[in-house]
Amino acid sequence: MSHPSTDMAARPDAAPAIQITGVTRRFLTPEGTFNTAMHDFSLTVKRGEFVCVVGPTGCGKSTTLNLVTGLITPSAGQVRVMGQPVIGIDRRVGFVFQSDALFPWRSVLDNVAAGPRYRGVPRAEANDKARMWIARVGLGAYESLYPHQLSGGMRKRVALAQTFINEPEILLLDEPFSALDVQTRTVMQDELLRLWAGTGASVVFVTHDLEEAVALADQVVVLTASPATVKKVHAIDLPRPRVMSEIRYEPAFIEIARRIWDDLRDEVTLGQRVALDRTTTILRTETA
Amino acid sequence: MTTDNTMAPTERPASDFSLDNLERRALARQRRRSSIVLTLRVAIFVIVIALWELATGLGWIDPFFFGRPSGVARQIYEWMTEGTSQGSLWFQMWVTIEETVLGFLIGSVAGIVCGIALGRNRFLADVFSIYIKIANSIPRVVLGSIFIISLGLGMASKVALAVVMVFFVVFANAFQGVREADRAMIANAQILGASPWQLTTSVVIPSAMSWILASLHVSFGFALVGAVVGEFLGSKQGVGLLISTAQGAFNANGVFAAMIILAVMALGAEYIITGIENRIVRWKPAALNEHGG
Repeated sequence: MSHPSTDMAARPDAAPAIQITGVTRRFLTPEGTFNTAMHDFSLTVKRGEFVCVVGPTGCGKSTTLNLVTGLITPSAGQVRVMGQPVIGIDRRVGFVFQSDALFPWRSVLDNVAAGPRYRGVPRAEANDKARMWIARVGLGAYESLYPHQLSGGMRKRVALAQTFINEPEILLLDEPFSALDVQTRTVMQDELLRLWAGTGASVVFVTHDLEEAVALADQVVVLTASPATVKKVHAIDLPRPRVMSEIRYEPAFIEIARRIWDDLRDEVTLGQRVALDRTTTILRTETA
Repeated sequence: MTTDNTMAPTERPASDFSLDNLERRALARQRRRSSIVLTLRVAIFVIVIALWELATGLGWIDPFFFGRPSGVARQIYEWMTEGTSQGSLWFQMWVTIEETVLGFLIGSVAGIVCGIALGRNRFLADVFSIYIKIANSIPRVVLGSIFIISLGLGMASKVALAVVMVFFVVFANAFQGVREADRAMIANAQILGASPWQLTTSVVIPSAMSWILASLHVSFGFALVGAVVGEFLGSKQGVGLLISTAQGAFNANGVFAAMIILAVMALGAEYIITGIENRIVRWKPAALNEHGG
């Protein structure tokens, strides 16, 4: 997590995949006051690296991802993707959402083919490619069904196929499996690693689940409670390929998880207090 | 309780709880329930009509002011067989339907287009919202008089009133539907590569569809009201004129008869619109379909 040297920025092909430098983000709340979501936030993701971001609830984890997509802009500081400053939505970025962001009026096939279709690929070609990805996530028999006819895990598979079909060089995931039950979540984590292996994509995976972060990542970034800054970065040197259902019982895994939890615990406590204070303030102003 | 069951309740063997049996009994229970509902519906209709007929027959209320069911039926039969004072009943109905459908189509298309355009453009929405509110709070039926003055006694003035009645309802719903489109879904489409136009046609409009369809249900009724009130205010043809003629002749039966004819027309239209809606929103789960926006 070294700060970027100037010669690295000069050679875009060698630049890190994502480089967030000194970003502060403030926004106007509906009550007319300014709220600071991030303060002097810096983060570097190397090419092909799998980075997990953990932090207390409401600390601005998702804001990190939105900065990279270009959906929001920093109030101060700089965000670079592949060495170039972010202006608007980058075509090399893929995003998997926490909530169900599939199009409910489209069949599985049309959902997966949406990306190529938007990008001007002819229908027949887009459908062929979509069928390949649907088969790859194991939904070959379900291409004509609608999202509401699928289970939560199957919908996540469709979402993964929908994102991977665009062959993103940068893959952002915002607590993608948090709504799934534990067994399905383990299966989907394996699925994600399998799909990711060999793509060379750089991944930022936001989660509140510490074990999930340790199991998946090369680096785990711990954020502080609001406003978010990077507290510490932990390297996870567990060998790949990893098997999700087994890795969490290995002594090395448990040791790393404990070390990171020591960091995270204080922030979680602090985060709870901040949230509590905020609620109390709101209550007090409402009753006043 | 066991009428649908061949076993006596006291000596019910274990096989009686087989799935087959349970299913059969559940089905029977459902059938019985729906037949009771139907019976009660018919009974209520018969009782109300019979009471009305009886009350006028026994002189409790004056049939001159309140009409009587047999009189209304006779009036409808007369109109159907001999025609009305303005000509054939079918022609009167046709005129009203034509005005209603024209007003409905023009008003809803304009409402959908304006609603989506303003819903997608925050700045335009902020500028125009105040005027929409003002226009919405005016009792629009009054505009009928203006339309009669400016567009004459023909069809144009009725169509114009129906358009005004329909437009605001559809507009408000289309606008709200666009605003309620899921943020994550929009962001997803943007990141997948959708241009602003693709975003509007492939995400925003489909997600506003259930709102728009819900408003179309209501607004066909409004179009009919617009057309009939327009005819009422001044016209040469139409069911609305039948009502005002009957009113002028103190013919209460005539007013009720025209009312029933209008109700039949509205129900027919409702049936057609529901059919179209079910075709459009086939992707929805059945439960969602029912509360439809």
